[in-house]
Amino acid sequence: MTTNIAPTPDILVAATANASSMTGVATVAYIIAAALFIMSLSGLGHPKTSRKGNAYGIAGMLIALIATALLLTITGFMIFLAAMIPAAVIGAVLASRVKMTDMPQLVAMLHSFVGAAAVLVGFATLRDHSPLTGSALVIHNIEIYIGVCIGSITFTGSIIAYAKLDGKIGGKPLILPARHLLNIIVLLLTVVLGYMFAQAVGGGDMTKSMWLLGIATAITGLFGIHMVMAIGGADMPVVVSMLNSYSGWAAAAAGFMLSNDLLIITGALVGSSGAILSYIMCKSMNRSFFSVIMGGFGAAEGTTVAIEGEHTEINVDGTVDLIRNAKSIVIVPGYGMAVAQAQHTLSEITKELEAAGTKIHFAIHPIAGRLPGHMNVLLAEANISYDIVLEMDEINDDFPETDLVLVIGANDIVNPSALDDPGSPIAGMPVLEVWKAKDVIVMKRSMASGYAGIGNPLFVKENTKMLFGDAKKNVDAILTAYRTS
Amino acid sequence: MRIGIPKEIHPGERRVAGTPKTVKKLIEMGFEVVVEEGAGVAAEHYDDMYAQAGASLTADTKAIWGDSDIVLKVHSPQVHPSLGVHEADLIKEGGCLIGFIWPAQNQDILDKLNARNATVLAMDCVPRISRAQKVDALSAMANAAGYRAVIEAVNVYPRFLTGQSTAAGGIKPAKVLVIGAGVAGLAAIGAAKSLGAIVRAFDTRLEVGDQVRSMGAEFLELDFTEDGSGDGGYAKIMSKEFIDAEMKLFAQQAMEVDIIITTALIPGKPAPLLITAGMVESMREGGVIVDLAAQQGGNCALTKADELVIHKGVRIVGYTDLPSRMAIQTSWLYASTLVNMLDEMGGDENFAIDLENDIVRGALVCHAGKTTWPAPQQQHAKAPVASPDQPSLDTATPAVPSAKEKSKLGGIAAMIIITIALLALGRVAPSEFLSHFTVFVLACFVGWQVVWNVTPALHTPLMSVTNAISGIILIGGMLHLGTQAGADTPTDTLALILGTAAVFLAAINISGGFLVTRRMLSMFHR
Repeated sequence: MTTNIAPTPDILVAATANASSMTGVATVAYIIAAALFIMSLSGLGHPKTSRKGNAYGIAGMLIALIATALLLTITGFMIFLAAMIPAAVIGAVLASRVKMTDMPQLVAMLHSFVGAAAVLVGFATLRDHSPLTGSALVIHNIEIYIGVCIGSITFTGSIIAYAKLDGKIGGKPLILPARHLLNIIVLLLTVVLGYMFAQAVGGGDMTKSMWLLGIATAITGLFGIHMVMAIGGADMPVVVSMLNSYSGWAAAAAGFMLSNDLLIITGALVGSSGAILSYIMCKSMNRSFFSVIMGGFGAAEGTTVAIEGEHTEINVDGTVDLIRNAKSIVIVPGYGMAVAQAQHTLSEITKELEAAGTKIHFAIHPIAGRLPGHMNVLLAEANISYDIVLEMDEINDDFPETDLVLVIGANDIVNPSALDDPGSPIAGMPVLEVWKAKDVIVMKRSMASGYAGIGNPLFVKENTKMLFGDAKKNVDAILTAYRTS
Repeated sequence: MRIGIPKEIHPGERRVAGTPKTVKKLIEMGFEVVVEEGAGVAAEHYDDMYAQAGASLTADTKAIWGDSDIVLKVHSPQVHPSLGVHEADLIKEGGCLIGFIWPAQNQDILDKLNARNATVLAMDCVPRISRAQKVDALSAMANAAGYRAVIEAVNVYPRFLTGQSTAAGGIKPAKVLVIGAGVAGLAAIGAAKSLGAIVRAFDTRLEVGDQVRSMGAEFLELDFTEDGSGDGGYAKIMSKEFIDAEMKLFAQQAMEVDIIITTALIPGKPAPLLITAGMVESMREGGVIVDLAAQQGGNCALTKADELVIHKGVRIVGYTDLPSRMAIQTSWLYASTLVNMLDEMGGDENFAIDLENDIVRGALVCHAGKTTWPAPQQQHAKAPVASPDQPSLDTATPAVPSAKEKSKLGGIAAMIIITIALLALGRVAPSEFLSHFTVFVLACFVGWQVVWNVTPALHTPLMSVTNAISGIILIGGMLHLGTQAGADTPTDTLALILGTAAVFLAAINISGGFLVTRRMLSMFHR
């Protein structure tokens, strides 16, 4: 199948100088693919165009793969199919089986694959002797080295993130003694190894350079583990976004080592996308990116004002009464809603209330859940129209005119001490100002603290009532009571 | 206790010290209310409305004054035109009067009231502290005056206020200068802004700059540092150098702007002269000056109180009855502050003069035959005083300026380091690398631009689609499977295995990422 459009010999001659020879056809195909990827990302600008955006991405990927496949030998192509087909099937199965609440884990796991692939490509590139010399060779070696290191961090970091999100290991930050010193040592060691590696490759010593690269992989891998282990559960959205960014940079580095512009462009797109997401997440928590990466959130810096006062409990019937009398209701979902899978019942309640003429909105804090935009996906899954799902900035001013706020499984994102207690660890973080509403009902399992490990004065405010118990059970009970009463 | 609400006799005054609504409130508080017949007619409040609210009506002015324990007034007492007696002489021995008194200008009235042993609370002497906002009649009236000043200006301004581009030609928006950004000034800024004008404001108190900007106006500053914040939220008298600089600014602004609204007052002193005749003449034809300080002599040299002066094409509005021109609502606002004041004094049951109460003490100008004005000074914090009309703004945003400054410096340092590093790279790197690097940097910028447009609701799909796209690294693996170009060089077996493994992992990513994105996106619907 490759014969028809096979590249003409003279192009080949020109291209053989490079390890990744590329024909004119492939180059054009890559340009189209890159353009399609950009269109794919811009398509995600709005839910209406988003499906088209995904289709552009798929088209771009197919074009890139076909163009590259045309460059392969027959044997190479067979190997490609043998590896590609089962993997595609596995991916498809994973994608169709995953629960929407488990999206963060899946995303983290997929990141680790990109990281691992980057490491493998780096080693393979090293094995394929490069015809380069001089400073070009040095740069090539550095490219390989950087690509492998970033890939390795992405790989192990994502695996730990996956394990944390999946609950396989605890969400508490692991703080090693002298961890900052440790990190600096690792950084220096990586630089020294990189220098030795470039020397070894320059000297033509393949075994030694393989070893050095292997050691560097191991060290950066440990660094990746340590980095994510030290980050608390509440910061997970930042970590996942950051790993998303890293996986992009790893692909870009692979592009540099293979002189492949498509890889560079795609890697850069993904890298900056992840970087923006991390930035947005950090800003929503009013924390610097650096402090998140340094980890240890909630490990008791600052003094919190002790919370005084008694909380008021309410039962399901009381809640239904309040709901019935409210003209406008805002629902604030948090991770607790995702865990309890309460979104479907909420959707039912929303429909009933809308039919009864109640104004109902959902308020999404940027860091609610364990992924950026996680809550939006869950609400969309439950058939809740995106028109009534509002961002924090869109809805915060409306709370004083709201009759009732239902907080479901959220804690830190509705904590007033972020605004009035400068000693609080979350001081300065923008929060949903639910306490300005006439009534607030907080559904929670118990009075326990949120991820940030701090008390919430909202719970003892006069207009706040607590509805304890499993969110799903309570929401179900509310729906039944609402329908029957 | 009986409250009397007489008809205002000041010429042109339309307001009244009680509306049917507030009368009802007073009756609920336990008072008995008598209203003079026709007292509210000018404010569209008719006698039957008062009767319905529970007040009794009488035509006997003397009885209203003489039989009531408390008299509520808007204007300070003056000679009654039809009775020929001074109102202050009519008050019951030991009675109580609440209204605007202006004790500094009206010493003779205080003497008359003292002769009757009256207890007098001046609504214009209420201390400007946060707690007193509900009785702050001056702010309520100033707010109305500021708004009306713009309306009056527009009324005599022979141009559009807003800018438009029409098929017949473009119209430029008017430029409005507001001098003095107190309550009236801020209200004027808001009104002018909402009519589409370009608004600038000046105030000697630097602390109001943020309030001005928050209303959407530009805050003009002098090249001169002297803060004019005086006591009680008013401006103080500035140094000569400052005034010179200020006058220079006004002269320059007068040539540029179309409408000037002046609100500069210093308590107990004649209004400062800010706009000279020369400045008026330098204004564009059709220009308007509204002088809110007309009563106290005016901020403009050519202002005549209660008159519209037209001087060489510039209209100078000197009306002193601006709040009264919106009598329905200003009566209600003013009367509400009176209700709040009576509430502060204990209502009907516990009515008393509590000298420990700083609001009551501040407003009390006559008591037990003696003048008690001015009240002993109390020190108040500056911040709440300066913004009597915006009590809760900005309290929710904790400021961390030092950290921000630091990060700004850090940002500059990082930029310099990056630039140097790039230049160094350019010196040593081969051209092929640099062309890839160009592509890389441009792609980063494209990505940066594109991704900011992604709505936060789609951040999870964005992540999974970028995840799928980053599976493009598969191509890196493919290139190690043996390409036609490299067919004559023997392929390294290990590289082949590694490449195959990379293809395998990346392919999971591609199919998984795209499919899960599709699944998610299909759920988003209206």
